[in-house]
Amino acid sequence: MSDIAASPPAAGEGRKTSLLRETDRVRKRNAAERRFELYGMAAVGIGLLALAFLLLSILGNGLSSFRQTFVDVPVALDPVAIEEAEASVVKTSRYRDIIEGAFVSALEARGLLEGIDPEEAAGIISEEAPAQFRDYVRANPEAVGRPGEFTFLVNGRIDGFFKGRVTFESAELDGNVTPAQLRLAERLAGAGLIDTRFNWAFFTAPDASGQRPEAAGLGVAILGSAYMMLVVLFLALPIGVAASIYLEEFAPRNRFTDIIEVNISNLAAVPSIVFGILGLAIFINFAGLPQSAPIVGGLVLTLMTLPTIIIATRSALKAVPPSIRDAALGVGASKLQSVFHHVLPLAAPGILTGTILGLAQALGETAPLLLIGMVAFVGEYPDAPPEGLFDPATALPVQVYNWTQKADPAFVERASGAIIVLLAFLVVMNAIAILLRRRFERRW
Amino acid sequence: MSLTKTALLTGAATLLATTALAQSRDQVQIAGSSTVLPYSSIVAEAFGENTDFPAPVVESGGSSTGLRRFCEGVGENTIDIANASRPMRDSERETCAANGVTDITEVRIGYDGIVFASQQDGPAFTEFEPADWYQALAAEIPDESGTTQPNAVTTWSEVREGLPEVEIAAFIPGTRHGTREVFEEKVLLQGCEDTGALQRMLDAGMDEDAAEGACMAVRTDGASVDIDGDYTETLARIESNPEGVGVFGLSFYENNQDTLKVATMGGVTPSTETIASGEYPVSRPLFFYVKDAHVGVIPGLGEFAAFFTSDEIAGPDGPLAGYGLVSDPELAATQEEVGALGGL
Repeated sequence: MSDIAASPPAAGEGRKTSLLRETDRVRKRNAAERRFELYGMAAVGIGLLALAFLLLSILGNGLSSFRQTFVDVPVALDPVAIEEAEASVVKTSRYRDIIEGAFVSALEARGLLEGIDPEEAAGIISEEAPAQFRDYVRANPEAVGRPGEFTFLVNGRIDGFFKGRVTFESAELDGNVTPAQLRLAERLAGAGLIDTRFNWAFFTAPDASGQRPEAAGLGVAILGSAYMMLVVLFLALPIGVAASIYLEEFAPRNRFTDIIEVNISNLAAVPSIVFGILGLAIFINFAGLPQSAPIVGGLVLTLMTLPTIIIATRSALKAVPPSIRDAALGVGASKLQSVFHHVLPLAAPGILTGTILGLAQALGETAPLLLIGMVAFVGEYPDAPPEGLFDPATALPVQVYNWTQKADPAFVERASGAIIVLLAFLVVMNAIAILLRRRFERRW
Repeated sequence: MSLTKTALLTGAATLLATTALAQSRDQVQIAGSSTVLPYSSIVAEAFGENTDFPAPVVESGGSSTGLRRFCEGVGENTIDIANASRPMRDSERETCAANGVTDITEVRIGYDGIVFASQQDGPAFTEFEPADWYQALAAEIPDESGTTQPNAVTTWSEVREGLPEVEIAAFIPGTRHGTREVFEEKVLLQGCEDTGALQRMLDAGMDEDAAEGACMAVRTDGASVDIDGDYTETLARIESNPEGVGVFGLSFYENNQDTLKVATMGGVTPSTETIASGEYPVSRPLFFYVKDAHVGVIPGLGEFAAFFTSDEIAGPDGPLAGYGLVSDPELAATQEEVGALGGL
């Protein structure tokens, strides 16, 4: 390089090359470099575009699920009517009659019932209202005989009207809602009886049937996912770490451990549905564990997460320099002491990061749960652990899957809302993993 | 050291947990047809609200899967009820019997209509005959002499004057759906008979099974698309293809009337009334099957069956009819049968 630069003019008269002047070859090479940069930027751009599109469509569809429309209805708790309702087979349908009667007379008193059939008017109240009403009556028997003020959900179509999903034109075509009901809803909103506010029930309520999308929530799914993560954490972390420490620090290098190593790497690549089949065969059919229970889901996901944790832990242990071990052994520590007092604490951030990433992966997994009965309609909360681990529950990704299959378009919004919640959990978990790595990881 | 302790504790906890599963299941477990699922979950929800029993757990998965799991045996880790959009087959009863599931109560909950719908703003698909669908979708159609020729029809207007002049794009349920069976038998086979194609094939010397098979064979050149997912997938395909026509369940259509336009079949508009009266030709019964051996063992099972079939739920004014189920005119007989299980 310096040679050429030192004697530019002496290079013969025919070839006048200069670093300052581009020759064809240089131009070609520079162009290739610029092209490659462009390809790279295009690749990143496509990735970002896909992400932006995904986020926009999910946020656009799903943010509205965090808000819900409610209507205020004064209902007198008539002891006779309540007693009659309790004596029937389908009590909630009688309670619905009580609510509808009270709603219609309240509208009449305010002069809002013009141009609409009373039965049609009452149709804007959600099917969930009678259940809510009955729960209140059963929980507060002393309130019976007194007037009460209730806030009920409105029907999913009316809620859709306030969110812009349902319009007067679509209501013309739709047999489940009428333009008169929409006009009534507008009048009620004007009178301050209907309003749309933040919907906590979306995070706490259990799933609802296809007739009342407005009442469907993620409560059972969040609990189920949390229980499963608990099981995975308590099983996969100790087992995975113990296995890695043994393989990395104690095990002799021979054919047998080689086979184990190869198999662990293979296990990490096994499709998750295979673990579901395994779970069905071992945990449900052989061990007799209950179906749809988070314990089985947790065990299956543990199997799935173990290879991830073992691989992460082993690389974290490998990253601890041998000099640390040698120093510990040199001052008289036993092998066990050198591992547990020195190597493991230094490897802990890496292990935790791997564990959290493994958990995040398990949190988003649906396929293995399909076979063990967790892809289901579950209307009741599981109990507190440990008994609750054996009660039926669903999981967050399962809830997304379930809602996308429902007929009522109102479930589209809820499915996207559930995706947002799931993504939020994943982002938080990954952020914690990155934070741990940044803060505690040591490089040598 | 604390780590080893944790590991030991966890191991002990797992052992304890595994021994603790002697505890009995206290909710009913249901699995099966995705067509019955919405009805089943409506009833499960109402059952949880109206009784002191917990709401049953309802899984989907399809009629065949549900019945297979139902027939796995008797015991708490098998399901109590299988939902089905078709009657149980003899082979399934044999499997059941081989696994000790001998006493089974069949409960017919009502009827489900199958409707033909297209995009609200799409071409005017307003009237269909079974013959139209046969001529549009059959893989091979017999000519005058009865020898079969590949179906060359490409647009609906070629099928029949008066149908829109657009390419045939039909979205029909895949073969794993119970709905497909009904579609083949009540639409394709019917159309095959109506056009005289079946007779021509028989006259040409085909035996009856082969001729019927030929009637129900759907073309595979892309004019007809099998949808293996749910109706939501069919809807998505229709939304992206304005000229497409899809096969839906009545209740699904009723929930999406603002985007879908339904066509008449044989001159009859599908509705719960026309299906109940038998005027609308394409419908099928829906069932659930109760494992008798579990009644009295799993709390609430008999009660749930009785609750499901009560007039207030499955009757013409109940919530199921409100969701699109065509209630069974012979509900009283079903109630009697279910009553024998010792329900409410």
